[in-house]
Parts: sequence; C-alpha cells; structure tokens
Amino acid sequence: MARTITLEVYRYRPEEESEPVFQSYEVPFRSDWVILDALNHVKDQIDGTLSYRWSCRMGGCGSCGMMVNGDPVLTCAAFLESYAPGPIRVEPLQHFPVIRDLVTDLEDFLGKLTSVKPWIVREEEKPVEEGEYKQTPEELADFKRYSMCINCMLCYAACPVYGLEPEFTGPAAIALAQRYNLDNRDQGNEERMEILSHDDGIWSCTLVGECSAVCPKDVDPAGAIQRYKLAGAAHWWKSFLLPWQNR
Amino acid sequence: MSPNVHYKPHHPKWYRVRKPIFWWIRRFADIRFIFREMTSVAVAYSVIGLVIIYRALLTGPEAYAALMNTLKEPLWITVNIFALGAVLYHAITWFNLAPRAIVVRLGKWRIPDLMIAGGNYAAWFVISAVIFWAYVSG
Repeated sequence: MARTITLEVYRYRPEEESEPVFQSYEVPFRSDWVILDALNHVKDQIDGTLSYRWSCRMGGCGSCGMMVNGDPVLTCAAFLESYAPGPIRVEPLQHFPVIRDLVTDLEDFLGKLTSVKPWIVREEEKPVEEGEYKQTPEELADFKRYSMCINCMLCYAACPVYGLEPEFTGPAAIALAQRYNLDNRDQGNEERMEILSHDDGIWSCTLVGECSAVCPKDVDPAGAIQRYKLAGAAHWWKSFLLPWQNR
Repeated sequence: MSPNVHYKPHHPKWYRVRKPIFWWIRRFADIRFIFREMTSVAVAYSVIGLVIIYRALLTGPEAYAALMNTLKEPLWITVNIFALGAVLYHAITWFNLAPRAIVVRLGKWRIPDLMIAGGNYAAWFVISAVIFWAYVSG
C-alpha cells in the first residue's frame, strides 16, 4: 500500500462559515513532493474548492508563502519529507486578513511597499546623450543583497511587531527602501527618510530578527532596518547640529 | 483596517485574528527575544543603582557605609548577581548584533563583521580595565 501523509488545511469559506475550520486530506507521501505539490493534488484530485496562491513553483515568484506547522515558508520549497510522519498543518500567512482558505489580502503590504518609493529617484534626469548611469561591482555589492526580495511576505508573517502593530511599515518595504538608498544612482534618500523616520517606520522595529531568519532569499531585512536606524540617527544629529544645512 | 469588515461591494469578508498577549511562549526563538528585551530592566536597575551609590558618596561616609551594609544582605547580593548576569547577556547580544547595523568601508575594503564586533569587545575590555585600575590604585 502506498504511503500517505495527512494535511490539515485551514479552510475559510466566508459564505458558509464565520470562523475558519481545519479539513484533513490524505495525500500521497512522495520524497520529491513539496507541500505545494500536495496542495495541487488536493485541488486536482480531492477537493476543487480549495483556494490558494501559487505560480512559478521554483521559489522565484513569492506567491505560495503559507504557515506550515506554525512557521512561515514558501510551500514550493518545503518538502513533505521534512514534516514526516505528519500531520502537516497548513495555514494562511499570519498577520494578514484572510479572504478565503489560504488566500490573504495583500493591499496593506502593497500600499506600504509603494509608500517607500522603491524605484530610482533622480532630482534631475541626465540627457540620454550623456549615456548610462555607471556602477562598479563594489557599488552593486552594496545593495545587491537587499534587491533579492521576492515580496513573499514571509518576513511580515514572522514579525511579531507587525502582528501587534499593523501600522508598522514592515521588514520587506524598509529593506527595499534601503536597497535604493544604497544605490549610487539614486537620490531619493531624503524623501524616504521623511517617510520612514517616524514611529511606524524604522523605529517600530525591536530587532526580533525573525524576518531575516525566515527570508528564503537571505535578504536580511533586520540588518537593513538597523542600518537605516543608524542613518536616521546620524541624519537627526546632523540636522540638529548643522541646522543651516537643512533644506 | 478593521477586523469587522463585512461584505460590501468590491470588498471581501475578511477573517482576522488579534495576536494573543502570550504570543511569544510558543517558540523558543520568541522566548529568547523576550528574555533579551527583559534584560533591559536589569540595565535600568544597574543605572539607577549607580546613581544611588553616587548620591550616597556625595552625602557622606556614613550614608555610603550604610548603603554598603544594606547591599551585603543576601537578598541584595542575589538580586545584584542576577542583574549582573542579565546585563552581561544584554551587552554580549548587543555587541554581536552591532555588525548588522554598522557597515564601515576603508576605500573599497569593507571591514569584516568580526572586526566590528571585536572592536566593541576591545573597547569594553579597555574601559573596564581602566576603571579596575583606577579602583585598585585607589
């Protein structure tokens, strides 16, 4: 008889129930299957009403983040074998409102992401005739780590500060702001500092460090926020001691 | 965002739970974090203790001797040993985290994390040695 493993899947069907319930599914236990494969098996073979997000299946799109046995993971990178003999409890990413089953609402995150201006800000664009903005490998190395973020939101699910204070801008958005601050082509540092140097920005972070621990791309948002805090403090002292340099 | 949003046009009926007050007792990493945060109380206690000792010194030899006698009681010795341990833990975790916030470059060379943390430890050791020397030499 083929081996199986039990998935305990969080179900929330707002038109049927006011509270979520857990539904158990027996799925084939295969060593080459990740949890996303098991969910796809449920969707295709057992219960077509199950809702969840996924896309690339290779850790690139950041769509399939869920809580597995209480930890935020990309389900395309979490092998069933790691959770044997089960049962495996699959829930939507915590700290986000649940729309249906394993699908959470992204609006809050997307709003915060755009609020930090995650693009190259130029005070003045130079004419095309003057050529490209050049960058040395050392200058690229300064921010490359922070540019690897795939917006999977595992860091938000791991961050207790965001869970307790949803106004907190959060790890990924701040790391991305730092990615552009450290880019030698960018001139938006002052604008982002205005946005992030307040209570709901960098100063809400208490350096729990779990955002970096769960990041599947080794972005280290916690480190980015601490660097930002240092820059924020230096910025404040500079404007305090040299007020004539303020714009 | 309200947790009590109901169906309305273009808005789903969310389900959202409030984070429980004892959220941190489920995972070891969270317990360790809360413990690290709690050691801040010991840091505050140590600072207040130093101020009280300084005040007794300024008041006079009798006040200082009376305070020292009080601190020799087993209760205060126990409290201070616990506070010392907590402050040491706080300082060590702080120094170990320093390289994540401090990035120093000398030209193209980025100073390694180990040297940033090591610099903190070295400064701690030198300052402690100077204070100890000042105390021993009277």
